[in-house]
Amino acid sequence: MKKVYARPAYCMNCHLCEVNCIVAHSRSRDLFRAYKRENLRGAARVIVEERLPLSVAVQCRHCDDPRCVAGCISGAMVKDPETGIVYCQEDKCVGCWTCVASCPYGAIRPGEKNGRPVPLKCDLCREADEPACVAGCPNRALVFEERRAGA
Amino acid sequence: MLREGEYRIPSGCAISGFINKDGRRVNGSAIIQSIALMQERSNGLGGGFAAYGIYPEYQDYYALHLLFEDKLSRNQVEELIKDNFYIEAEDRIPTRHVRSIGKAPLLWRYFVTPRLSKIEESQETEADFMTRLVMRINDSVNGAYVVSSGKNMGAFKGVGYPEDIGEFFRLDEYQAYSWIAHGRFPTNTPGWWGGAHPFTLLDWSVVHNGEISSYGANRRFLEMYGYKMTLQTDTEVVAYAIDLLVRRHNLPLELAARVLAAPFWQEIDRLPAAERDLYTRLRVVYGSLLMNGPFSIIVGFSGGIMALNDRIKLRPLVAGSHAATLYVASEEAAIREICPDVERVWYPQGGEPVIGRLEEEAQCRLSA
Amino acid sequence: MPTLSLMPPEFSVARDDNKCIKCLACVRQCGFDAQKYDAEDDRLYTIDANCVNCQRCVSICPAGALTIYKNPPPMRPNAHWTEGHLRNIVKQAETGGVLLTGMGNDQPFPTYFDRLLLNASQVTNPSIDPLREPMELRTYLGSRTEPVSREERKDKTKTPLVPIETPIMFSAMSYGSISHEAFESLARAAKAFGTLFNTGEGGLPADLYQYADHAVVQVASGRFGVHAGYLNAGRVIEIKIGQGAKPGIGGHLPGEKITAPVAATRMIPEGTDALSSAPHHDIYSIEDLKQLIFTLKEATRYQKPVSVKISAVHNVAAIASGIARAGADIIAIDGFRGGTGAAPTMIRDHVGIPIELAIAAVDQRLREEGIRNQVSLVAAGGFRSSADVVKAIALGADAVYIATAALIALGCHLCQKCYTGKCSWGIATQDPYRSRRLNPEIGAERLYNLLRGWSHEIKEMLGGMGINSIESLRGNRLHLQGVGLNEVELKLLGVKHAGEAM
Repeated sequence: MKKVYARPAYCMNCHLCEVNCIVAHSRSRDLFRAYKRENLRGAARVIVEERLPLSVAVQCRHCDDPRCVAGCISGAMVKDPETGIVYCQEDKCVGCWTCVASCPYGAIRPGEKNGRPVPLKCDLCREADEPACVAGCPNRALVFEERRAGA
Repeated sequence: MLREGEYRIPSGCAISGFINKDGRRVNGSAIIQSIALMQERSNGLGGGFAAYGIYPEYQDYYALHLLFEDKLSRNQVEELIKDNFYIEAEDRIPTRHVRSIGKAPLLWRYFVTPRLSKIEESQETEADFMTRLVMRINDSVNGAYVVSSGKNMGAFKGVGYPEDIGEFFRLDEYQAYSWIAHGRFPTNTPGWWGGAHPFTLLDWSVVHNGEISSYGANRRFLEMYGYKMTLQTDTEVVAYAIDLLVRRHNLPLELAARVLAAPFWQEIDRLPAAERDLYTRLRVVYGSLLMNGPFSIIVGFSGGIMALNDRIKLRPLVAGSHAATLYVASEEAAIREICPDVERVWYPQGGEPVIGRLEEEAQCRLSA
Repeated sequence: MPTLSLMPPEFSVARDDNKCIKCLACVRQCGFDAQKYDAEDDRLYTIDANCVNCQRCVSICPAGALTIYKNPPPMRPNAHWTEGHLRNIVKQAETGGVLLTGMGNDQPFPTYFDRLLLNASQVTNPSIDPLREPMELRTYLGSRTEPVSREERKDKTKTPLVPIETPIMFSAMSYGSISHEAFESLARAAKAFGTLFNTGEGGLPADLYQYADHAVVQVASGRFGVHAGYLNAGRVIEIKIGQGAKPGIGGHLPGEKITAPVAATRMIPEGTDALSSAPHHDIYSIEDLKQLIFTLKEATRYQKPVSVKISAVHNVAAIASGIARAGADIIAIDGFRGGTGAAPTMIRDHVGIPIELAIAAVDQRLREEGIRNQVSLVAAGGFRSSADVVKAIALGADAVYIATAALIALGCHLCQKCYTGKCSWGIATQDPYRSRRLNPEIGAERLYNLLRGWSHEIKEMLGGMGINSIESLRGNRLHLQGVGLNEVELKLLGVKHAGEAM
């Protein structure tokens, strides 16, 4: 499946992937409303890890056999059999955060939306052609592509 | 107002020419008839002719056709000529009264041969010596101008429609194996006799329809080789470019044509290796002589004529043949006018020279 | 640093708090520590004194919340004692040093390109439509052998000519002065477009030898990175005598920029200053230059044309003639607007002459001497647009070098702080945190686009003049006319005044 891959040689630590992620997952899909009214600052589903001068954006790897799906007690976390995308059916989530604890990459963080708990995790912007973090990366440090296993 | 020659005037034109490859000499009536047919391509501000084989009795002498605006310039030039040449014969160029032709300058011709001592002194070849003298007269003697300077050939030109100029110069009384002609349409000028075509140097004569947009580049390149552009005209650079390429750099005329109207790089890139190398070198070395912009020209020379179009054929040029005669003109009608039963008519492609030369036998007979 | 600065900051950064989303991109991207974040108070603020107006923060801010203003001069307006002079004096009073700067001369000297206008066809000859007809920009660089004959005469001491598909090349910028990323961008774009880039004086990094066929490899007074493999890998060899930004003086790349890879490429120890002497210490006269030219030709078995690059100075025509006669195949002339990574401000702003006058003088001189065909003439120094290129070629250049324009395409905003090594745009820096901002893939695309755009415009202008090949423009000064120039200027440029008959 197509996944987001980071190219650390070109990640310049601007964190705009986080900003674009937040806007893409906001209700308004608007930069200012997302930050100023919806208060989504910090709610990115991609996190830039820094060990300067190196930095790299990390998000869910959409594992073949995802631990988060196996561990989910409410059946909210699923892997789409067609696309392979692992995502949370947010209305079913009860906020137990088993997924957070079980992710080997630390790619899921606890969060909330409209007063309800939701795991902050990359869903590859499954409604869009290309994830917002990739589309908006100013230095092409993120790519969305198919790679063979082990590649 | 500046006189023509002191600045550049674009002009449109009609051209026509033919050669009897068997060496048969004919009088000027036919060429006058041909160029007269295209009268609407000129505006009465210039017409001219060049004819080859007209002075068999003086064939070893340079025939200097000169025009003078006054006596003073004539005296100056005569002094120069006497200094450098033996004069075999001289006379006023015979003319006839034609009502539509305005006041003519003084028109003289001299049949001369350069003094050996002068050539030796100058460390030049005879042709270079001649070239330099022509340039010197045109450049430094005010009011004098060399109309032509070749052997057994002559140019006749002036302000007026070409058929009137032909009448004026009594061209029906000359016999030539090749004739070229020009009717001129300059954009603005009271007209000057020296500004009419053909432009000549030694045996070369050029008539030209077009405006060469690369003139500035061509001119500055030729200046490096000692040519003095005294007339500010595109046609002048064509004559000098051919002189440089063919006479001084020994290129065959066919290749010289490929310099003036160079093939595009995309065509050169497709050629077989040896040809590609040759054409690349031609363009790289002589790129500044590429005549860019619209033109059709007829070049007259001893023993032949060549017609050539710019490389994207922005001006008309048609060729025809009948028996031993090759015709070239701006319009097909101008050929059919003097050769109704022309056997073959074709439109040469841009950059593809049409060359007619005297047959070997005729060449020998004429120079004997 | 003094405790008290006598001059207020040159720029001030305004942040619109209504827009700022506190993503901190500005803080992370500012190369000069002008943007700060106080985590305790969750507050962003700026240190105006550090701001160099490189516009990195403004460009990166997703909210468009930042604007940089020039601080109004705090002193009484004075046409003689301008703000620039005051700042310089204060700076020197504080440091006692030579004023340093980057990029090209920014003073209001006349730019002759802006006083020259181009011609176009009307009625008497047709303009040519580049969308319908082939329009040729291919240019050959090197020494031409004439006359041409059917069989090429084999002359073992003649170097081959080098074709470029557009008369625009990238000028010398060394690896070390610019980042590997910027350098690679130039190399890739040159290869993709079929033109040449210039290594500058810092050698060619081992991983970029795949682009060497499109490289002008420079040999400068420091001889950095010069070895037989380097010379033989390049397409053209260039002896750098001078540079437009700093005629007559050498170069100094500070040790901080000599990282391990730069050191390896330059063949000097890591962390040492790379000093280029003002003269080549084996060239004290023209005959020495001839020896070096032929040494390089011998070393490359006459397979590489040799270019000699000089700055445009007062006697440039005679110097160029000497260079042609010394056996150079290409003469590159860099005008006083030429850029640099670092130059003493006084030199940059007050030495040299305009490239327009230099090209005109050199082209004319070489023609008068009948040796114009022996060399190609490359003009450099502040070419801003395709129109500048066309005018330079009409004045007599075969091709031009661009560098500042290329850097602007890569993101440079001419803040003139190259010499600090802190470039926020990842160009003039060896700091991996900064240099990784320039993805060579993107850089190469942007440079390619620039060449493509300019080339297309050149074709449009040629077509308008009724010519379809660049060689018909070369030295064709009839297609130029001057406006507002005096007689001496018109004579030197070899053009008539606008409105005069041709």
